[in-house]
Amino acid sequence: MPPEDKTADEEVTDQQVEATDEAAEAEGHAEQTAEGSGDVDEAAAGTVAETPAEPAEPADPTSPASEDELRVGLLESMKEALGESLVGAHILDGKDLWIRVTSDAWRQAAEAARTRLGCSSFTFLSAIDWLPSPYGRSETSPFDPPPDKEQAQEAGFAGGETRFQLFMRVQNPERGFGITIKADVADPDAGVETIIPVYAGANWHERETWEMYGITFVGHPHLVHIYLPGAFEGNPLRKDFPLLAREVKPWPGIVDVEPMPDDGDGDDAESEATEGEEVSA
Amino acid sequence: MTLAVELAYWQQTILRVVLVLAAVLLPAGTFVYLFLFKMISFMQSRLGPMETGPHGSLQLLAEVGKSLQKEDIVPERADRKLFKLAPYLVVGTVLLVYIAVPFGPDAYFSNLDGAVFYALAVSSVSTIGVLIAGWASANKYALLGGLRAAGQLIAYELPLILAVVGVVIQAGTLNLQQIVTAQANGEIFGWGAIGNPFILTQVIGFLVFVIASQAELTQTPFDMPIAESELVTGYITEYTGLRFLLFFIGEFAAVGSLAAIAATLFLGGWYFPGLSLDAGYMNVVGPLILLAKITILGGIVFWVRFTYPRLREDQLQRFAWTVLIPVSLFNILVTMVLKVAF
Amino acid sequence: MTVTEAQQRAYVAGQAADARVNLEIESEGMTLNLGPQHPATHGTLRIVAKLDGEQVVSCEPVMGYMHRGYEKLTEVRTYPQITTLINRIDWLGSFTNEVPFILAAEQLMEIEAPPRAQWIRTILFELGRIANIILFLGDMGVQLGALTPVFYAFRDREYVLNQIEAVTGGRFHPNFDRIGGLKDDLPKGWIDDTKAVMNKVRDFCDLLEELLLGNEIFESRTRGIGVIPGEVALGYGLTGANLRASGVDYDLRRDAPVPMAWNEVDWKVWTHPDGDSFARYWVRLQETREAAKIVDQLCDDIPAGPIMAKVPRIIKVPAGEAWVATENPLGEMGYYIVSKGDLGPFRVKIKSASFNNISIVPWVTRGVYVPDVITILASLYFILGDIDR
Repeated sequence: MPPEDKTADEEVTDQQVEATDEAAEAEGHAEQTAEGSGDVDEAAAGTVAETPAEPAEPADPTSPASEDELRVGLLESMKEALGESLVGAHILDGKDLWIRVTSDAWRQAAEAARTRLGCSSFTFLSAIDWLPSPYGRSETSPFDPPPDKEQAQEAGFAGGETRFQLFMRVQNPERGFGITIKADVADPDAGVETIIPVYAGANWHERETWEMYGITFVGHPHLVHIYLPGAFEGNPLRKDFPLLAREVKPWPGIVDVEPMPDDGDGDDAESEATEGEEVSA
Repeated sequence: MTLAVELAYWQQTILRVVLVLAAVLLPAGTFVYLFLFKMISFMQSRLGPMETGPHGSLQLLAEVGKSLQKEDIVPERADRKLFKLAPYLVVGTVLLVYIAVPFGPDAYFSNLDGAVFYALAVSSVSTIGVLIAGWASANKYALLGGLRAAGQLIAYELPLILAVVGVVIQAGTLNLQQIVTAQANGEIFGWGAIGNPFILTQVIGFLVFVIASQAELTQTPFDMPIAESELVTGYITEYTGLRFLLFFIGEFAAVGSLAAIAATLFLGGWYFPGLSLDAGYMNVVGPLILLAKITILGGIVFWVRFTYPRLREDQLQRFAWTVLIPVSLFNILVTMVLKVAF
Repeated sequence: MTVTEAQQRAYVAGQAADARVNLEIESEGMTLNLGPQHPATHGTLRIVAKLDGEQVVSCEPVMGYMHRGYEKLTEVRTYPQITTLINRIDWLGSFTNEVPFILAAEQLMEIEAPPRAQWIRTILFELGRIANIILFLGDMGVQLGALTPVFYAFRDREYVLNQIEAVTGGRFHPNFDRIGGLKDDLPKGWIDDTKAVMNKVRDFCDLLEELLLGNEIFESRTRGIGVIPGEVALGYGLTGANLRASGVDYDLRRDAPVPMAWNEVDWKVWTHPDGDSFARYWVRLQETREAAKIVDQLCDDIPAGPIMAKVPRIIKVPAGEAWVATENPLGEMGYYIVSKGDLGPFRVKIKSASFNNISIVPWVTRGVYVPDVITILASLYFILGDIDR
């Protein structure tokens, strides 16, 4: 990541996560026309990331300003059902709705989505490990800088404080919208309650999440490995679980590590460009 | 069997053995090449074996050679003696059926007075072979296949036999040679040009016989015992090499044997209208005519095999007990009445 | 005569052995392992079935024989590299795997591919659907014992694959979608060829309707087998033709629109009220015809223009999260991309359709016969790469 974003990151708090996202998007959009998307936060509308968002007016994390009436309505409905348990929300106008609940309200949130919002179709359930990978993107060449071990852990839409975050998606087949529900998992071994009684399809998804992240689901009838052999140790999708093949030997796809004789020493951008071009062609 | 040359009994026996092997293997080989390799291939818009010999005609030879040189494997927990016995039981009964079929006015292995009874009785001995194969393999797939086969083969014995009873009533004899003669000499409402092949009057019986024999041969739509997509190959799963070859050849030879019975009972056997009934040349032409009829009937069996999906076991049983048996009983009733009336 | 101790021991051991055998026979039910190597399943799926005679007491799929760890791999790759990888999830309709991923990345970058690219993407998507479902139509016959229609399926699928290869260079793994558009434009004469191929596809559908759907044995093997009510289907997360065959009118192409060209043409969503295996086959057959119709209409009217939007050569997708799902041949396939503004994503959750579709197998196979398990599996239609990722 370019160094400018780092400074901005270190200065913001959790509540300003959305501002950072917006700023980072603005950075990345330098070459494109940025079409207005819905995640507007009063503090950071269109501003570049030199000024961190004002701490004077913290935005209510559960009420993102949005013009999407449908989704605002859905959010209100969920707030009614969950009350204090709903601790974060995010709306992408016309596209999607994210909410974050506390982990003890996980099952309640699922029930509310099913009964109040009519989301009867279960799409998936999984987890995100927000820890920045200590191994970096291990398919870079040995000439790239080593991975930054000081990267701060930060969560995405609708916020989040812990390392592990459960998220699930359910959809309403009649009206065609969906909702992504997230929950922080402070202690993966204590885990969260299973939502199999609400959505029968969660059975296998919870098994996979347990297997890949180590998050226990209390009340699950058969929490065993689903993909990996029975005696497997470790949780592969955790960031501190290395992709062993790339630790053992370097990536065979490294392209053109020797600079051409008349180019002097090929700078990073040049070799990255070659790399990008080779693989996307 | 009367021959121009006087042979000692042991020489006659050897001749008979060689001839029965030829009689069994020739239709089997023809069926394998014609139907399994070529007809199914053309139906499936592909060519089939083309490399071995002209248009793949020597493929069966290659398959035989391949099977013969394979390792002799008996599964560890299998019952060795029964495991080895089963293929011979299945193939042996086919050989025994051919003994009863007449190939010409004097070209028969034995002129049994109860030939129909004998042929049907002997063809059901293969059921035991199948059961033995399924049990002795010590394999769950094979066991399932064997049990399914047992139920199916026993259930479809009845329509097979009942369908034949109509012919027997109409011909008035159990002797296959005399049935051929009856068809040759018979008349349809006074018109004797083509004799009276029993397929015309016994059309219901013929249909029941063909369906029941499709089931007796465990061909699709009745091939639950070998259901390839479920049970790998059912009761044949553990067999390799020569024993597998025996099952394979036995399957096609059995098609030939039941087709031979059907041809003799319903289509007039070795006789063709316009030819004589007891001339000497019929002993050469008769087998060829019979072979042609066998090929046609076998073709129908395989055509149906490669077209239809398979019936489930309980549907299969229901079909036998609630449809085929009542129909064949009805056929017998009608035949009896008409026989007495006319 | 006195018996030696050794003889005594041998006798007792023999009795015990007999007792063990008796125990096995008398014990309840038999556990049958269907797979992982098995002619019935499309790939290495293992079904552990506890049987009572021929009836299933419980049936548990065991998967993971083909687990390639895609979600871990995506964390260390760049976006163009991931496109190559995800082709191989549903390898029969492989272009269809790339599309939701690219659309999600484009949503994060807030760009849309130019109209020409969208139309051609839709055409290739529908061709992938046709290629995939044609195989299903033939393959279900094989599971039921009809060995012939699958050859016609393979033969007619070749025409579709030839068309895909003419555009993308790859029959099975096109790797053609790029963030912002497509890699290349259509070759000359492709549109006419594709219309001819669509005629062949329609002929094939007619042929199979006669050969299999109209066959009494096929009907008696599939009607009433594996009935899944709509509510249960939704709870388990079934999508695609499985859901529509249970009477739920939900098609992502119409209900959750993405920037593709489906809303530009006239087509119909097919549902069937029964929810049994016959219904699932029937719905897919109609959908193939519908897909051919969509391709025909699209081919008439492709807008001119660039094939690729203005994107930087080295693509860094801005930070954020995006979920895009499309109506893939197997069901609903979606990608949830978590991006931190890097060359590659932070986390990609791949939601594949077959994983949900097969999760209902333990529920739907209670009390059915062994042949019906095969029928139900065949009608639910899965691809191992889709289940195992």
